[in-house]
Amino acid sequence: MTRWKVLLEIARTHLFTRMKSTTTASLGVTFGIGAYITLVSFMTGLNRMLDDLILNQTPHIHLYNEIEPSEQQPVNLYLEPENAFHVVHSVKPRQSQKKIHNAYPILQYLKEDPAVKGATPQLRAQIFYLSGSIELGGNLTGIDIMEEVCLSNIRDYIIEGTPEALDNSESGILLGAGLARKMSLSTGDRIQVSTVKGAVFPLKIVGLYQSGIADIDNVQGFAGLKTVQRILGEPRNYITDINIKLLDIDKAPAMARQLKRLFGVKATDINEANAQFETGSDIRNLITYSVSVTLLIVAGFGIYNILNMLIYEKMKDIAILKATGFSGGDVQFIFISQAIIIGVAGGILGLLVGFMLSRLIDGIAFETEALPTITTYPINYNPWFYIIGLSFALLSTFIAGYLPADKARKIDPVKIIRGS
Amino acid sequence: MAVVLKADHIDKYFKKPVAFHVLKDICFDIKRGEFASIMGKSGSGKSTLLYILSTMDTDYTGALYFNNELVTGQSHEKLSGIRNRHIGFVFQFHYLLSEFSVLENVMLPAKKLGEKSYREIEYDAIEKLKMLHIDHLAKKRASQISGGEKQRVAIARALINNPSILMGDEPTGNLDSYNSENVFNIFKQLKEEQGLSLLVVTHDIDFAERTDRIIQLEDGRVVN
Repeated sequence: MTRWKVLLEIARTHLFTRMKSTTTASLGVTFGIGAYITLVSFMTGLNRMLDDLILNQTPHIHLYNEIEPSEQQPVNLYLEPENAFHVVHSVKPRQSQKKIHNAYPILQYLKEDPAVKGATPQLRAQIFYLSGSIELGGNLTGIDIMEEVCLSNIRDYIIEGTPEALDNSESGILLGAGLARKMSLSTGDRIQVSTVKGAVFPLKIVGLYQSGIADIDNVQGFAGLKTVQRILGEPRNYITDINIKLLDIDKAPAMARQLKRLFGVKATDINEANAQFETGSDIRNLITYSVSVTLLIVAGFGIYNILNMLIYEKMKDIAILKATGFSGGDVQFIFISQAIIIGVAGGILGLLVGFMLSRLIDGIAFETEALPTITTYPINYNPWFYIIGLSFALLSTFIAGYLPADKARKIDPVKIIRGS
Repeated sequence: MAVVLKADHIDKYFKKPVAFHVLKDICFDIKRGEFASIMGKSGSGKSTLLYILSTMDTDYTGALYFNNELVTGQSHEKLSGIRNRHIGFVFQFHYLLSEFSVLENVMLPAKKLGEKSYREIEYDAIEKLKMLHIDHLAKKRASQISGGEKQRVAIARALINNPSILMGDEPTGNLDSYNSENVFNIFKQLKEEQGLSLLVVTHDIDFAERTDRIIQLEDGRVVN
C-alpha cells in the first residue's frame, strides 16, 4: 500500500518539475484522442444519415410479382431430348397477374411473426397526370398512410400538408414536389388523373412530397389504398406490393428466401437492393479508423520520446533509488505510472476537446433538399467512442511507457555511480 | 562479537575491455561496531569490492554473508530489500534527488521500507537531521544546499532505517578538510554512540589511520 504511494509520489514529482515536457506529451495524446473523437463522431454521424436516407425509403424485404418468362418452357415438359437440344425463339413473359395472390392472409401472417416490425400493403399503378390537354406519365402508389408513418420516415418528406390529411380524405393525393412545380399546382388544388385504360378521376391535393431525388419527385404521387383500388376498378384485396420492416435488418436475406419459397412471390431484400451502399459505409469507417489510429500512434511516439529523455536525465536518480533499496520493478513502476498519468490526463482532455469540436460541427448549418429534416451537420454522440478513445489512450501510453521503463528497470546502478 | 558482514573467497573478473582478474580470493569480516576502512591504489579493486559487499554488484564468485545469512545468489528483489533495510550508503558525490526537498530525500528509504507511519518517519528524519546539525535545511530543495551539507544529508538518508552497516565510497573525497573532519567525526560518533558498523573506501591516509582497522588491497588481494 505505502509502497505504491511512495512510487507515485516520485512519479508525480518528476512530472511536475518538468511541466513543459509533461504538457507536450499530454497534448500529443489530447490531439490524437480529440481528433479521433471528432472524426469518428462526424463520420459515423454522416454514415448514419446516409444509411437512414436509403434504409428508411427502402423496405427491408419487398414482396411483389415479377413479370418474367416461365423457367420451364412447355417443350421441356413435353419431351426430354436425348443427345439433342431445342431452341425456343422469342420467348414471351408468362401471363400472370400483377397482384399478390392472397395478399391479406400473407399480411396477417407477417404481422404475427415476432421478427417482423411491420408489413404494409401497397398498390402501385401507372397513371397519367392531366393538366389541360397535357398528359404527364407517372406513378400513383396506394398506401395505408398511417401505417407507413409508423414504419418509415415518410412524414419527414411531406413538405406541405400532413399524413393525417391524406388519411382523412377519400380522394386526396400527396403529389410529388417536382410534379406540382411542373403543373403549377399547390396544396388544396384539384388534379385529374387518368388510368392506362382511360378512366379519369379528380383528386384533391392534400400535401406535397419531396424525397430529394428528382426522378422520383417528378413522377410520384401517393393516395390512399382504397382510392387507388377504386381508380383502377379493382377489388379491395388487390395489392401489388408488400413492404416488410424487420426488427433485425441482418435477418433480411434469410427471411426473403423463406418468404419467396413459402408464398411463391418475388422477394428482394435490402442488401440485394443496396449492395453498393454497404461498401461505401465500410470504406468510410475504414478511413476514419486508420486516420485515428495513425494520430494515436504519433502521440504514442511523442510519449516514448519524452520518457526516454526523462530516463536519460534521471539516470543518477534511478541509480540512487536502486542503491537505497528500490527494486528494478519499483523503478519500472515509477516510469510506467508517469506514462499512464500522461495518458489519462491527455486522454480525458482529448475527450473534452473531441466533444467540444463535435458540438461545434453539430452547430454548423447544413441544408440539403434531399434531407428536409436535417439542418446541421450530423454528429453521432455514441458513448462507446469515448470509451474506446480513452482505452486506446491508455493502451498506447502504456506501450510507449513500457519500453523506456523496462530500460530503467535494467539500469545497473554500479555503472552509473562509478561512471561519474 | 557478532559478525555483520563476511566475505568468503570472493573472486571477480572484468570481461571488458580485456579479461582481467580484479579481485582475488578476498576473505575478511566486519564485526558489529567496527569502523573499518579499505585502502589501496587506484585500480586495486577497492570500489569494486565495496559494490560487491553492498549487494549491488552480483557478478562474482565466492560467498557473501550478511548477519550470517548467505546473500550470494538471492533474487534482485530480495537484495533490494536487504539494501533498504540493512545497508546505508554514502557516495563520493552526494547523489541526492535534486527535485525533492532535503527532508523528502531523507525519508524516501523509510517510505520504501514502509514499516512506520508517515508521521513517525518524518519525526525520525528530523531527528537524524538534528543529530547532524542540518535540521534547518529540512525544507530546502536538495539542489540549493552546499556540498558539505549534501554529504551530511546523504548520511542522514543512509541512517534513516537504522541499518546494520554504513558503507561509504570515498565519502570525504569531494570535500574540503573542514568538512572531511566533520564527516569523520560523525562516523566516529555513530560507531561509539550507536554501535554502528562502518566500512569506508578511501585513499585519504589520515582518515584511514584513525579507523579501527585498515584493509589494504593491492592488485586485487588483501595484503594485511
